[in-house]
Amino acid sequence: MTMTHTLTPTADLATDIDDVARLLTPDGERIADPELDRWVADVDAATLRGLYRDMVLLRRIDTEGVALQRQGQLALWPPCQGQEATQIGTARALRADDFAFPSYRETGVVYARGGKPSDFVLAWRGEEHSTYNPYDLNTATQQIIIGAQSLHAVGYAMGIQRDGTDQVAVAYFGDGASSQGDVNEAMVFASSYGAPVVFVCTNNQWAISEPVTVQAKFPIAGRAPGFGIPSMRVDGNDVLACLAAMRWAIDNARRGNGPAFIEAVTYRMGPHTTSDDPTRYRDKEEVESWRRRDPIARVEALLRSQNEFDEAFVASVDADADALAAAVRHAAMSATTRPPLTILDDVYAEPHSGIDEQREWFGAYLNGFAPAEEA
Amino acid sequence: MVQLTMAKAINEGLRRAMADDPKVLVMGEDIGKLGGVFRITDGLQSEFGAQRVVDTPLAEAGIMGTAVGLAFRGYRPVVEIQFDGFVYPAFDQIVCQVAKLHYRTRGNVTMPITIRIPWAGGVGAAEHHSESPEAYFVHTSGLRVIAVSNPQDAYVMLRQAIASNDPVVYFEPKRLYHTKGEVDLDVQLADAPPMGLARIAREGEDVTLLTYGSQVATALDAATAAEDDGVSIEVIDLRSISPVDYRTVTASVRKTGRVVVTHEAAREAGVGAELIASVTERCFNYLEAAPQRVTGHDIPYPPAKLEKHHLPDLDRILDAVDRVMDRPNSLSGVLD
Ligand SMILES: Cc1ncc(C[n+]2csc(CCOP(=O)(O)OP(=O)(O)O)c2C)c(N)n1
Repeated sequence: MTMTHTLTPTADLATDIDDVARLLTPDGERIADPELDRWVADVDAATLRGLYRDMVLLRRIDTEGVALQRQGQLALWPPCQGQEATQIGTARALRADDFAFPSYRETGVVYARGGKPSDFVLAWRGEEHSTYNPYDLNTATQQIIIGAQSLHAVGYAMGIQRDGTDQVAVAYFGDGASSQGDVNEAMVFASSYGAPVVFVCTNNQWAISEPVTVQAKFPIAGRAPGFGIPSMRVDGNDVLACLAAMRWAIDNARRGNGPAFIEAVTYRMGPHTTSDDPTRYRDKEEVESWRRRDPIARVEALLRSQNEFDEAFVASVDADADALAAAVRHAAMSATTRPPLTILDDVYAEPHSGIDEQREWFGAYLNGFAPAEEA
Repeated sequence: MVQLTMAKAINEGLRRAMADDPKVLVMGEDIGKLGGVFRITDGLQSEFGAQRVVDTPLAEAGIMGTAVGLAFRGYRPVVEIQFDGFVYPAFDQIVCQVAKLHYRTRGNVTMPITIRIPWAGGVGAAEHHSESPEAYFVHTSGLRVIAVSNPQDAYVMLRQAIASNDPVVYFEPKRLYHTKGEVDLDVQLADAPPMGLARIAREGEDVTLLTYGSQVATALDAATAAEDDGVSIEVIDLRSISPVDYRTVTASVRKTGRVVVTHEAAREAGVGAELIASVTERCFNYLEAAPQRVTGHDIPYPPAKLEKHHLPDLDRILDAVDRVMDRPNSLSGVLD
């Protein structure tokens, strides 16, 4: 194992949020990390601006999602504000032909994989279960069943092994998901077969109302070595550290060294979903303390210190964000619901006599309501 | 008698069961401070403490498996599964362990576990949040399966389920959580009708309409509408779908000679299939027409914007009533 987890073996609490690898302080100061530095040696100002832009656009999609839900255009929205660095930093380390298995909150992964405006909203509007074809984005349908996708990523990686290519699969899941059997089984399989998979555990401190301490008494990254999987615990609000850790993990997998595990320590700034009421279970001070660690402000500060944050750049990012927000809104507002009979489509890949019969009956039934043709 | 929503009636049922028996404990995801995603356990943790209202890790197999151990140890766990679609990770523990331990141990070990499941659709929810998995549990011997339809039954039958020494899967139609009704909170369990008894929700002469849980309200609406058409429908709220109270059912079918079953779950090998087979076995000579099913289609639960085409509604029930009454209907000339 080229790199093991960065934890001290004492009983760190899972909430010890500063026991993390980091390249950018909350004030935006670039600091050295002997293990991570080499993975971002090539990151210049232009790349950094690109990451900043991505995070701003993602936040804008998220704000628009919340607004659309409040206006009744979406049934639900799972906000990802605060988690931009984790999502963008890790997803931008992927190659287009790698395959990602995200959860419902990974809007930024779908964005980074090339999702269209409608791909962010139509499932939450209730029009489709999956708006995109997973093979178009090399990204699986966002998962709602907690932890299930971790096994899918490992299986996909086992397929990569058999095909002899150097692609990598990525499983994204939360701190809550780390309690599920599926996630633990995924680590067993990945380790046993040396599958080229990266586990990205987004520790945003909360699984709905349960603090991470209900899931773990020791940092979650500390579990992976027990499965024989090297791991890192990084500052999830530090986009450079996320990018570096992910590049390390992906490189490890591409070179045939098997799985790696990243715990990105971050914070969900908003409610779990728009139906949630976080005031019942967490205090304002906690939320405010995380606001001071904002992942976007951090990159802005760094860019400013490098004289790379000029007005023209800000204006162009703002214009891009405005345009994207407008496109997302338009995608939601202009959505049309597909015709009733289509609910019987695609249940099976081959013709199925039972479904054919139901279609015949249901079609005739629906026709019974059609207004009589005028002569 | 008090006016309560079904949600509040269930909350009261839990509170009183916990107050009466220190062995009753409640476990699940987010049930403590948050009071559960539907607030059904609201206030219970502050009243009974974190040892009896247990916020669990996010692991359904873990919740169910530890409930088995607690039951072994003499506790009476009431488990909350957050949504219908999330019961499957716990399925192995339910069907292999919870359902079978009493049988395997020749009655030496009881599993007085109540598994509460917010259930079924019609609320515009996201994927995996509107499922009707009841047939899986009905098919598993060793479990009792309850589906409630009003606040009074929800309260009484929850208390009965918790008091039962058998494991009970207790389905709560989330579509009805906020409907209000009269509840007698002081009802003596010993005096209440037993948990397995069906209820005649509306009397009628021409057709027996069998249903449970979320579809009871729709069935009653259909019966009201049919009256204008001169058809008198008897609506039976089964309340228990394992076991089924066939005495009440067959008495009705012998009177009407016509049967329609409705549920949200898919048709194939669903509870409706079982009901019709059993009714046919028992009442064949009384039947005037082939029994009919009105169910969800045999499809994965569709996206919310399309769910109204999946869920049996009043018109689809009336169409089936036309079939058993041998009146023109959607099947006329379509299927042979
Ligand atoms: C199997 C299963 N159980 C329960 C749920 C309900 N649920 C949805 S999200 C969530 C919390 C997930 O927390 P975490 O894994 O930390 O991810 P986060 O939401 O914080 O991104 C729960 C309990 C579910 N979707 N699937």
